Amino acid sequence: MSTRRDAGLDPFGPGLISRNYPMTFDEQYFNIGRLDRLSYQDTAVHHLDARVKVIATMLFLVTVISFPKYEVVALVPFFLFPALIMTLGEIPVRFIFRKVLLVSPFAILVGIFNPFLDTATVAVIWGVPVSGGCLSFVSILLKFALTISAALLLVATTSFPGVCHALRRLGLPSLFVSQLLFLYRYLFVLTEETMRITRARDMRAFGVRGTGVRVFVRLIGVLFIRTVDRAERIYRAMLSRGFQGDIPSLRCSRMAATDLAYLAATVSLLAVLRFFRVTEGIGAFAQRLLP
Amino acid sequence: MSHHLIAFKDVFFRYPDGTEALRGITFRITHGESVGIVGANGSGKSTLLQHMNGCLMPTSGTVMIGDLLLTGKTTQEIRRKVGIIFQNPDDQLFMPTVFEDVAFGPFNLGIDEKGVRERVQSALEIVDCLDLMDKPPHHLSGGQKSSVAIASVIAMDPDILALDEPAANLDPKSRRSLIMFLKAFRHSKIIASHDLDMILDVCERCLVIGDGRVVADGPSRQILSDRTLLEENNLELPLSLQRE
Repeated sequence: MSTRRDAGLDPFGPGLISRNYPMTFDEQYFNIGRLDRLSYQDTAVHHLDARVKVIATMLFLVTVISFPKYEVVALVPFFLFPALIMTLGEIPVRFIFRKVLLVSPFAILVGIFNPFLDTATVAVIWGVPVSGGCLSFVSILLKFALTISAALLLVATTSFPGVCHALRRLGLPSLFVSQLLFLYRYLFVLTEETMRITRARDMRAFGVRGTGVRVFVRLIGVLFIRTVDRAERIYRAMLSRGFQGDIPSLRCSRMAATDLAYLAATVSLLAVLRFFRVTEGIGAFAQRLLP
Repeated sequence: MSHHLIAFKDVFFRYPDGTEALRGITFRITHGESVGIVGANGSGKSTLLQHMNGCLMPTSGTVMIGDLLLTGKTTQEIRRKVGIIFQNPDDQLFMPTVFEDVAFGPFNLGIDEKGVRERVQSALEIVDCLDLMDKPPHHLSGGQKSSVAIASVIAMDPDILALDEPAANLDPKSRRSLIMFLKAFRHSKIIASHDLDMILDVCERCLVIGDGRVVADGPSRQILSDRTLLEENNLELPLSLQRE
């Protein structure tokens, strides 16, 4: 299988941040495919039942979000969860980190004004007064990093279609599931189409001319029309094969003991981290050990 | 056997933008015949094929498949009989993995899971793609996509097979095995293609379509060796006949 080789090659080694030139469209595209390839791996985490992983991830998200807005300390131990999955599932840390960084502007934008709006001092750490706004900003960032990495890890260990089928079997209406499956399938076709169009433009643009906004707007228009046409052709192909409104799914995996054990372990870990002040406990324990 | 009969009678079709794609097509294909459809680009070959299972409905004229007249009511039944392989495999492969895609048709026919697995297995075996079973279509090469698209239609076990440029993306070896498969396919088949050598190899009969009409209809060997007729329709002699 090509998975290992691709993972080992890592054409994006230097990393998004340290590069001094922007990533081209093509590279971005292959980067999407990489998340996909990670999900073909053959580890204990990948073998868990998709439904269990979906439920566990959802519980994790709900637990993390349920913390009050000034909570920082109690959130830190939750990084144990993504760290464990990353290690057991052999998912490169840097890859997930980079993806989290890529979407981080959204979270930063949400919380950036908190320190200016909420200036009441709520704590003094090592003599430095810390305002409520700063705390809630850090809290937002932590929650963001936790939730996004959990979601990415779910896809990286289950594959997108796997997640879709799990959602279907957990009772999500099939209409939504079909939409998600098509999104996944044609994301790649659409990006390839875009790639071809931009390549064709660049080949005849000779530098600056022809790469302006006006041409770009037309490209978007062409892309839209092609997409509509394609949608029609796909629908015909589906009808030709007897489509009657429901996408079949044949994957009938059963929950094994390991799956239930994993779920039980996750639930108890989350409960402990949520309802007991674990960080403080560790701190107190450490203080008692010190003379 | 009348259920594999295809009869077009005076079929006209106009696209919503006003293009007259078919202007009075009449022909009749009986059971077990293999018919090649050739013609210049834009002569109406693809449009014609899409009429065979009701993807497009004639503006006027009638299409009979077996003893069924093509209408809105009969399309479901007709689609069970006629399997169409479209030109662009990306349009044909819409499921997330090859297995699920090939299983899509048989599953919709109401076959149980064991039967579906068997059908998928044998269909993929015919096109020599068994090892691609769990791959997502976007990680396949163009030729592999074409082969899997063919498998997805074979798996439905159609009475009539209609193919639109089936060999366009295939390497010579895959093309050869497709030809072997088509020769072995017992039921009626209709192939629209510019690959005249393949048509000569697979089809006994050949229709030349020009400007939305049937320009010529006869045995492939006779039609495909008629240099003037072919050149009038932007075609040329098949390579295998050029040497003779």
